[in-house]
Amino acid sequence: MIAYVIRRILYAIPILLGVNVITFVLFFVVNSPDDMARLHLGTKHVTPAAIEKWKSERGYDKPLLWNTAREGADRLTDTIFYRNTVRLFLFDFGQSDSGRDIGYDISQRMWPSLAITLPVFLVGLLLTISFALAIAFFRGTYIDTWAVVLCVAMMSISGLFYIIGGQYLIGKLLRLVPISGFESGLVAAKFVILPVIVGVVGGLGHGTRWYRTIFLEEINRDYVRTARAKGLAEKAVLYGHVLRNAMIPILTGVVVVLPTLFLGSLITEAFFGIPGLGSYTIEAIQSQDFAIVRAMVFLGSVLYIVGLILTDISYTLVDPRVRLD
Amino acid sequence: MQVVLLKTDVLFFVLLALAAFYAFYASRREHLRAPWRQVAERPLGMAAAVVLSAYLVVAVLDSCHFHPRLADNGGEQAYSSEIVSLLDVLVAPLRANVETTYSAPFAVRAYAKEVIVDADGSTRRGYPPLEHGGAHLADPADRGADLAARTAQGLAGAGFAWAALVTVLVAVLARRDARGWRAMLAAVVAGRTRVPWRVVLLTAGLLLALVGVCVTVAPYYHVLGTDKTGNDVLYQALKSVRTGLLIGTLTTLVMLPFAIALGIAAGYFRGWVDDVIQYLYTTLSSIPGVLLIAAAALMLEVYMARNEASYTSLAARADLRLLALCMILGVTTWTGLCRYLRGEALKLREVDFISAARAFGVPHRVIIVRHIIPNIMHIVMISIVLDFSGLVLAEAALTYIDIGVDPSMESWGNMINSARLELAREPVVWWSLLAAFVFMFTLVLAANVFADAVRDAFDPRLREVR
Repeated sequence: MIAYVIRRILYAIPILLGVNVITFVLFFVVNSPDDMARLHLGTKHVTPAAIEKWKSERGYDKPLLWNTAREGADRLTDTIFYRNTVRLFLFDFGQSDSGRDIGYDISQRMWPSLAITLPVFLVGLLLTISFALAIAFFRGTYIDTWAVVLCVAMMSISGLFYIIGGQYLIGKLLRLVPISGFESGLVAAKFVILPVIVGVVGGLGHGTRWYRTIFLEEINRDYVRTARAKGLAEKAVLYGHVLRNAMIPILTGVVVVLPTLFLGSLITEAFFGIPGLGSYTIEAIQSQDFAIVRAMVFLGSVLYIVGLILTDISYTLVDPRVRLD
Repeated sequence: MQVVLLKTDVLFFVLLALAAFYAFYASRREHLRAPWRQVAERPLGMAAAVVLSAYLVVAVLDSCHFHPRLADNGGEQAYSSEIVSLLDVLVAPLRANVETTYSAPFAVRAYAKEVIVDADGSTRRGYPPLEHGGAHLADPADRGADLAARTAQGLAGAGFAWAALVTVLVAVLARRDARGWRAMLAAVVAGRTRVPWRVVLLTAGLLLALVGVCVTVAPYYHVLGTDKTGNDVLYQALKSVRTGLLIGTLTTLVMLPFAIALGIAAGYFRGWVDDVIQYLYTTLSSIPGVLLIAAAALMLEVYMARNEASYTSLAARADLRLLALCMILGVTTWTGLCRYLRGEALKLREVDFISAARAFGVPHRVIIVRHIIPNIMHIVMISIVLDFSGLVLAEAALTYIDIGVDPSMESWGNMINSARLELAREPVVWWSLLAAFVFMFTLVLAANVFADAVRDAFDPRLREVR
């Protein structure tokens, strides 16, 4: 088991290196640092000296891959690729283009993100699974048909509609909670409620339909027929057999997103003014802060890969048949 | 007029041509006709198809761009530098009737109070009459009667068109089945036809009624109001149809060659090819999609800033950005399809008829083209229709966080983006948002329903268990 985890972590290294190469190509080869400087400083009335200064402040004035001006190992390390990309492996995110410590910012801003995504995830999971089980109980009836129609309709509504509608209805008309903003501590609750409700409702249609399919697949298996044949109540069949066996397909989708909850949601955070990592990324895009976007891409990939490893581990916990070696 | 072919227009027409070719190809092969027939027998699926084709017509009209000819100045031909589309010509009144600022749907008076100068020179503050909305009315109080008359006129026109459609369709069906016209009509009305023509005709009738009312009313009133700069919201919503459809379809078209080629290569050749391709898509898919899109969009901006001079017009620039967005979205979505295709190719290569082909010494190229590709096309088809609705929704969300289409381009995302703050106004400006959401919802719902029908017909294994 431990050997398996270590092997998976080792496998992750080339993938992360690949992610780094992609971001490196995207940020430094497709466009040269000169272009970035010009975008920041404006295209007109800009002196070459100003561009050089902008570049050297951010360390973008070095050669891309191979520094011929240096000796020994410095040839490899005193380059943009090493300084701005490889260092990410040590979770050393360096400074943003505006001079702030990215690592510190991330450690501060992931908590507000988590305050939204974690409740959305947990409440959403609970609700969708309960709804899906209820629909599976009524399978083949009109309730089932109309529930599926409702799910498809809810899936077809833009997420923006849920957000704007929620803000308008709950925030503006009913004045129950503030429309947007955030505070730390327990006061945060009143700011968190609305985004959480919106997030849960927005994911309901898709989630319910997805779990319904999973449950219906399990319900038609032989062991369910056996359970019914030996006289178990439908409730016992659903909870005791179907739900437990459906855990494996459910886990595949669920565990993998757990680590990425830290990243927050770009759109929700932008709408509700939550100072999390999602709005951090958006601010970086809008102020064209390349260092932050690079750091977030790397962090996102790391968390995704962690999620994949966790998924595999969780299989062994719920399904004794699965052995990792 | 002088025809202009934007890059996305070309790709869109290529896509239509491919679709037409596929339709021709499929119509001659029973194993492809059978699942499509099954799709055609689903009432909901057919209703969705009618709605989708209405959207498609709008998008096609809006993709025929040209420079309009200016008024003759001494025999020399002169063209406007502006690029317009056939749709713009068809809905010219909507495009031309620009107010100064917001106005509510069917309003005859402005949304905001202004200083009005009366005939006798005195000034007062009030709601001035709109420049175009209801301008033909002698007395604004007649609005209700005028609207009713025009609506009735529109409905009557739509009714005639619908009756003609029913007559022609029933006549065609009766001729095909060699039955009497009356018997056929009775069968259609009773819903006893294999293809649910009753549902098709009802959906078409509903659409025709909407179009009919718009044709008679929209030139005189702003049916969906106007936005901040006074532009007609209905016009914007119609123009956005093209953007939405293009993003939903071109993204798939752009990524399809890569997904098919790499997926098949990985599954068919295995060995190091498989390793390399798997590494490639694992790496790409491990970057969260929205972050990759954000990074790429940021770089696109730098690229556009560097090559500012090479864009001849605003439209060309917006067009390039749309294309780039499709490509970026394509990069983030192809990995899923590629993984499926690899798995399918792995299974197929061990199947007897392919082993036999290999044993006969058929070259790999021929095996792939003749045996593998036809057998994976259903997966490609399903993934095209399933991805579509998600992509349309993604456009709105991405545009909101500034990494979507160009701000100068009409799109539902831009409409929502510019209108969302207006809910804070008194009285509330709701029409822009609602128009964008309703247009988007209709398209996505139709796409979802149609996608389900296609998936059920083409892949019985994926069919939801009953």
